[in-house]
Amino acid sequence: MVNLKKDNLIIANKKFNSRLIVGTGKYRSMSECAKAIKLSGAEIVTVAVRRVNISDKNKPLLMDYIDPKKITYLPNTAGCFNSKEALRTLRLAREIGGWKLVKLEVLGDKKNLFPDMIETLKSTEVLAKEGFKVMVYCNDDPLMAKRLENSGADAIMPLAAPIGSGLGIQNKINIQIIRKQTKLPLIIDAGLGQASDATIAMELGCDGVLVNTAIAKAKKPFEMALAFKNAVIAGRQSFKSGRIDKILMGNPSSPSKGII
Amino acid sequence: MKKIKKIKIKINGKIKYITQDSNLFVVLKNLKIPLNKVAIELNEEIIDKKKINKIKLNKNDIIEIVHFIGGG
Repeated sequence: MVNLKKDNLIIANKKFNSRLIVGTGKYRSMSECAKAIKLSGAEIVTVAVRRVNISDKNKPLLMDYIDPKKITYLPNTAGCFNSKEALRTLRLAREIGGWKLVKLEVLGDKKNLFPDMIETLKSTEVLAKEGFKVMVYCNDDPLMAKRLENSGADAIMPLAAPIGSGLGIQNKINIQIIRKQTKLPLIIDAGLGQASDATIAMELGCDGVLVNTAIAKAKKPFEMALAFKNAVIAGRQSFKSGRIDKILMGNPSSPSKGII
Repeated sequence: MKKIKKIKIKINGKIKYITQDSNLFVVLKNLKIPLNKVAIELNEEIIDKKKINKIKLNKNDIIEIVHFIGGG
């Protein structure tokens, strides 16, 4: 029996049992979101920073449904298109209650939602200097990933495909190159569509995956949350087990000796 | 009788009229803002929540109050 219990995900010296990080956006209701998170087994959830609705004071609050003492909140900078906006957002996030572990995401294009890596890199440097633990959403570019690492990133989070696209991992080679060059936690963030995409990410040697739309917008989000949980575990077990070499021709599974 | 003077401020993009010399704590309390779940900016500077009862508001001040919502 493989002991996966000790196989923790470690980010900025903090240990997590689950390698699945989930987003809290796009759910039909807060209670649906809370239940899906529970089923996914995720211990880290991404959250967005937005204005309080001052005219409707009875609007339900995320913190009433997902207890930040039990689940690690990972504030993001979704909707930020430059370094200034991203820094402002994360400084505010920290002020809400001491959050230092953050997800940096500086977008460059409103249609394809690709990250602006120049602004992302600049922000990473500043945030690391200010004591933030920065998990960085980035392109699947090994050179940029290296620069982020050198700038003080705590986790590298390349996209599989554009945010919310559900296309799955488009560039396995780049992900593998990034895996080879870094000891930092490598987490596939964005673009996954189904549970098997998460398994593939884990089999490539990633430390975790971050999923939102694929669960929240599935026809059955609870079932999909569970599917992703199992897929991440399966992928990690498969990766740790050491796969066989690929060969071009067949190789019989039954012995040829003793054939009647 | 002395007329109470009101000043115009902006909170989360909405114009509000408050009594002159109001402090930030009173304004937020009137809006029933759960202080432990928000962060506050005054004119683009983050405010230390422990000090909000000492902050007097001035005409045209811009306040932003943010919290966490669902996101990916």
